[in-house]
Amino acid sequence: MNTVMALLIGMLYASGMYMVLRRSMVKLIIGLALLSHAANLLIFTMATLRRDRPPLIDEGETALAAPYADPVPQALILTAIVIGFAVSAFAAIMIYRVYQTTGTDDLDQLHTTDS
Amino acid sequence: MNLLLVAPILLPMLTAALCLLAWKSVRVQRWLGVAGSAALLASALALFAEVHGRGIAVSHAGEWAAPFGITLAADLLGALMVVLGGIVGLMVAVYSLGSIDEGRERFGFHPLVQILLMGVCGAFLTGDLFNLYVWFEVLLMASFVLTALGGERAQMEGAIKYVTLNLVSSAIFLAALGLLYGLTHSLNMADVSLRLAKLNYPALENLLAVLFFIAFGIKAAVFPLFFWLPASYHTMPVSVSALFAGLLTKVGVYALIRVFTLVFRDDVEFIKELMLVVACLTMAVGVLGAVAQMEMRRILSFHIVSQIGYMIIGLALMTPLALAGTVFYLAHHIIVKTNLFLVSGAVARATGSFELKKVGGLYAAQPGLALLFLIPALSLAGIPPLSGFWGKYILVKAGLESGQVVLVVAALAVSVFTMISMMKIWSEAFWKPHPLGLTPAPVGLLNGPIAAMAAMTLLIGFGVEPMMQLAQRSAQQLLDPQNYIQAVLEARK
Repeated sequence: MNTVMALLIGMLYASGMYMVLRRSMVKLIIGLALLSHAANLLIFTMATLRRDRPPLIDEGETALAAPYADPVPQALILTAIVIGFAVSAFAAIMIYRVYQTTGTDDLDQLHTTDS
Repeated sequence: MNLLLVAPILLPMLTAALCLLAWKSVRVQRWLGVAGSAALLASALALFAEVHGRGIAVSHAGEWAAPFGITLAADLLGALMVVLGGIVGLMVAVYSLGSIDEGRERFGFHPLVQILLMGVCGAFLTGDLFNLYVWFEVLLMASFVLTALGGERAQMEGAIKYVTLNLVSSAIFLAALGLLYGLTHSLNMADVSLRLAKLNYPALENLLAVLFFIAFGIKAAVFPLFFWLPASYHTMPVSVSALFAGLLTKVGVYALIRVFTLVFRDDVEFIKELMLVVACLTMAVGVLGAVAQMEMRRILSFHIVSQIGYMIIGLALMTPLALAGTVFYLAHHIIVKTNLFLVSGAVARATGSFELKKVGGLYAAQPGLALLFLIPALSLAGIPPLSGFWGKYILVKAGLESGQVVLVVAALAVSVFTMISMMKIWSEAFWKPHPLGLTPAPVGLLNGPIAAMAAMTLLIGFGVEPMMQLAQRSAQQLLDPQNYIQAVLEARK
């Protein structure tokens, strides 16, 4: 499972980076979303991917026994997903406004403020 | 729950909520903004007095003891940064009364500024890495909207670069957090620091250190990650530029200081070398970029980049004196840089443009404003006895003590180029007659915050001894994080 996740996360990062580097603004936003998904899955994988080990303390024990699915990273991802959702929504509206004011979807045309 | 620690976060949030309730009345929002920022400054000063007198203040949300609850902690550096945030917030709120247009005010300028201040204060006060990410997102979101508010063409172009680079930085930060959690199973900075010290994975630790350096480096605008800054800061209204110039990159620098003094203490020699090189190049490239510009805010934006280099020097050298220099430089820079942006706004108000070719005649018409420009400008270049001179003096001395001659030469050469830029603004905007022969208009209220911040620059310059003692004490705290760790992990209230 870890290998699959590693490959998946790697692919998400690679395609996200590729999309961010494209000239189209829409692809830029898709790329940013992919990057944040990759980061979320990375944290998820850090929580130990096991179905049979819930983070419950066995009867008679006082501490959790070693391999267990850590719930903290999942809570972190929830927060990160909500933030990512808000940011994506803002970014989508922003590129629409950029398109309206500049009349282009091509990032290479947006160079008047560069120095 | 220590109310002093929560107040700098709660007060801006409350002010923003009140501003939203008064959505229809711009006048009420204006005064709420000023009152809220003043209250923030007052609470920051109270917190600073507490931390200065009684040591590190710690508070755990919901009484969940560390490392389980979210920790708020203020050492001297954190408290000092909150005070500076309050000062910048108040000055910009007052300046906005006379400079921001009503269109932007109608669409939430005032509540957004307060939310930005809340995010900034939260980032300075949190003792938890994931919480730091959340505060970064809060302040980024507010800054995104402030960047794009108004919707002018240049603004939208600047906004898309600003937003993209900052989101990439956040994604890297988040990935680094995930890996760090996988390694240490903790997010509380004090706890992570202890756990990392016990582990022995130098390769992973170096990788994490580099990831954090890149994530915060983008936000702090170090070489070669700074290109978003000069492409966007000059497109916004002056109040917004001044707020960003004063606080946002400095949040990145603060995060770098916090992470590399508390979390990664050993085993990261590699990053120290990298930082030295980056510091040199940031200083040099920033100042050379500024020399080529003829628009006031573009010049000042490049100087932000250049000055960030000075702050990284102290962090890279990591000696008590160098770190004290960084803290001193942070305080000096926030005041001076915000003020220079405010002055550029006053110049544009008086003469109608930010382009140096199109302005002039201000010295003859308004010698007072000219004097108020000279104080922060000369301080930025490092002319004694102003605050910038002492900041540079401390860093250069620390550099010489560590035997980094190249670094010292670069730092001194960069301050000469800074002087050239400042003299360019002086001779074009103030000294030469106006190209069209117009008489500059009076700027009225805008002079108030400018004068107040110039007075603070003079105060730091002439009262360098107490300021330096403060910087040294906070450097001491940073270099010996045991006290911080103990305060966080053992606080039971």
